[in-house]
Amino acid sequence: MFRRKGSHMLRILTSLLGRSNLPYKFNRQFGSHRRRCHRSLIYNQRYRIHACAERQAITAGTKVMAEGELPAVLILDIGGTHGVLEDLAALLKKHFQLITMKEFLANKEEMSKKIQSVFVFERRPTIDRELLESLPNLKVIGNSGVGVDHLDLKMISSFGVKVTNTPHAVADPTADIGMALMLASARRLVEGCQIAVSPDTKSFAVDWLGVEVSGATLGIIGMGSIGYKVAQRARAFNMRILYHNRNRRRKEEEEAVGAHYCAKMKDLLQQSDFVMLVVNLTPETHKLIGKKELELMKPTATLINISRGAVIDQDALVEALQNKVIRAAALDVTYPEPLPRDHPLLNLNNVIITPHIGTATVQAIHTMAEEAVANILAVLNGQPIPSQVFPKL
Amino acid sequence: MEGQELPYVLIDSIGERYGVYVDHLGFLKKRFHLITMKEYLENKTFLSKKIRAIYMWYHRPAINEELLQSLPNLKVVASSGVGIDHLDLKLISSYGVKVSNTPFAVSTDTADMGMALLLASARRLVEGHEMAVSPDTEYFPADWLGVEVSGATLGILGMGTIGYKVAERAKAFEMKILYHNRNQRKKEEESAVGAVYCKKIDDLLQQSDFVLLAVTLTPQTHKLIGKRELELMKPTATLINISRGLVVDQDALVEALQNKVIKAAALDVTYPEPLPRDHPLLKLKNVIITPHVGSATKKTRWVMMEEMAESIEAGLAGLPVPREVLP
Repeated sequence: MFRRKGSHMLRILTSLLGRSNLPYKFNRQFGSHRRRCHRSLIYNQRYRIHACAERQAITAGTKVMAEGELPAVLILDIGGTHGVLEDLAALLKKHFQLITMKEFLANKEEMSKKIQSVFVFERRPTIDRELLESLPNLKVIGNSGVGVDHLDLKMISSFGVKVTNTPHAVADPTADIGMALMLASARRLVEGCQIAVSPDTKSFAVDWLGVEVSGATLGIIGMGSIGYKVAQRARAFNMRILYHNRNRRRKEEEEAVGAHYCAKMKDLLQQSDFVMLVVNLTPETHKLIGKKELELMKPTATLINISRGAVIDQDALVEALQNKVIRAAALDVTYPEPLPRDHPLLNLNNVIITPHIGTATVQAIHTMAEEAVANILAVLNGQPIPSQVFPKL
Repeated sequence: MEGQELPYVLIDSIGERYGVYVDHLGFLKKRFHLITMKEYLENKTFLSKKIRAIYMWYHRPAINEELLQSLPNLKVVASSGVGIDHLDLKLISSYGVKVSNTPFAVSTDTADMGMALLLASARRLVEGHEMAVSPDTEYFPADWLGVEVSGATLGILGMGTIGYKVAERAKAFEMKILYHNRNQRKKEEESAVGAVYCKKIDDLLQQSDFVLLAVTLTPQTHKLIGKRELELMKPTATLINISRGLVVDQDALVEALQNKVIKAAALDVTYPEPLPRDHPLLKLKNVIITPHVGSATKKTRWVMMEEMAESIEAGLAGLPVPREVLP
């Protein structure tokens, strides 16, 4: 089933671990990925390296680990509510010595010098100045997942520490959840299920209707890797696809999915039956969708969010939904997560909310960890880094 | 001589839960003199001879021998949707009455519903929503996972119009597609969606991560999926039903789900509809049930209505009936 991705990751790991010095081969392996992976191109174009002299020079004399010992990686915990999953821990142990936050705090003196990397899983552990100051030999923070809005890139960079993410592993499952939410909202799946199982249901009314997905117009805001995969899927439903992006895609890419570029987001909003947000969260995309944008949308339109909660002005969304300015919303992400239990979004029957499960599949969790491992090892081995994220200058 | 009178067509009722849609009345009344069952029963003597067609909207009005006998001039029954398992075709035909359905109008929406159910089940969408909105939720646990759709294997049982449209959609998710059908499709059709024919249903069941039922209900497909078939499926597999409840042996399904013989089920159809409120299927966490809404969109229902009207008009004019269903 996930043999394609798995074997690809395996090749990366093998090349990193099995041979000592193959920067050229590494580049070639990732070259094609770079071309396909629009998101990392955006990172490279937009952000600039903030060089820091002190940290970069870990001299040959610095002893961070004994000969033959695995490099140490800091994680929050194994298991429990927020810890790294058991089988992921097993995967990590193949390449690293795992140190949990508990172990670190219990023995800071010894542990602090050993730790060269941190594996951030589901946004934890929190990376703050205090932590960075206590890890003098930290070289890399390997994030599981593509979004890095929870990391202060500038601050981390000022310590000479690199940050990596996992854009490849997240793309398919996140595009899938986008499609799942669009279909579920359009066809009122959650409401329908509630009716089907409710103790009060005596019969099914024939005038209970949803709206069509096939043949409708989908407007994709943010046409990176994930957005493009959404377009590929939507095309099979004969949807008319509009997109808005910082940069226009190449003609062949547009034609392959039948997507029309809207230089002005306004045009996309006015014509779409479904608007899907697939941008990453940056100061520019913060509250990208507010009152004005919601009012530009059709009253029959549905808003789907698989990016970050803060991309939407949530209060404006509540108002728009209550006043039927738009038809419905389907959100895999909110701000915060979870929402406070008295939040109005929880009580609207034209809203579907899922608990940020864009990459919550058995397979994706693994491929993300594999991708994070590959990135961490590349940094530690001084090899070209597949998915480094740079702070904006 | 009287001016041309509009033909009298029997319907169940107008509006509310089961009736002909109020939005559709304008279109229909231009062509027909609609008689509700209530009106008919109040004035049987006069109306029974006038009624020449029945507009059967969601199985109503029910057609039985008694009704057929009392409508001597009945020529056409137009039935909404594609399924005709609720009609005794032989009996109706014996009265010289033609039957029509609306197979193509429903196909796209039903294929969409199949995909919606597949995705919702795989990603645990309904459960997830319930967690996201539950008053008891304090945080989202990290170990809460679904299964991947992209790249998984989909086995389609019944590759007619609807099944094929499901295949077209699934292909975009890079799913590996297997199918079983009474007849193998043409090579070009198979290649277009990358579908591989499984002559033996067992092969499909054993290899699929998702098994989707898109067959018509016939005596041959009745209880097509029973204990044996469920046991052939992978324990990690999901069963999706967008055909008819009776295609699945429901008791066997309950047992299979309870004993984790298969992972989950997503059903737009059951037998009966709705299920009795104490039915075990309603309580299983790994089951999604929707209230038979495969074709439930405004657009599609409008097209269905137009097609039914067309079939009635043709039948009454003595012309070949579009979408006629033969016994």
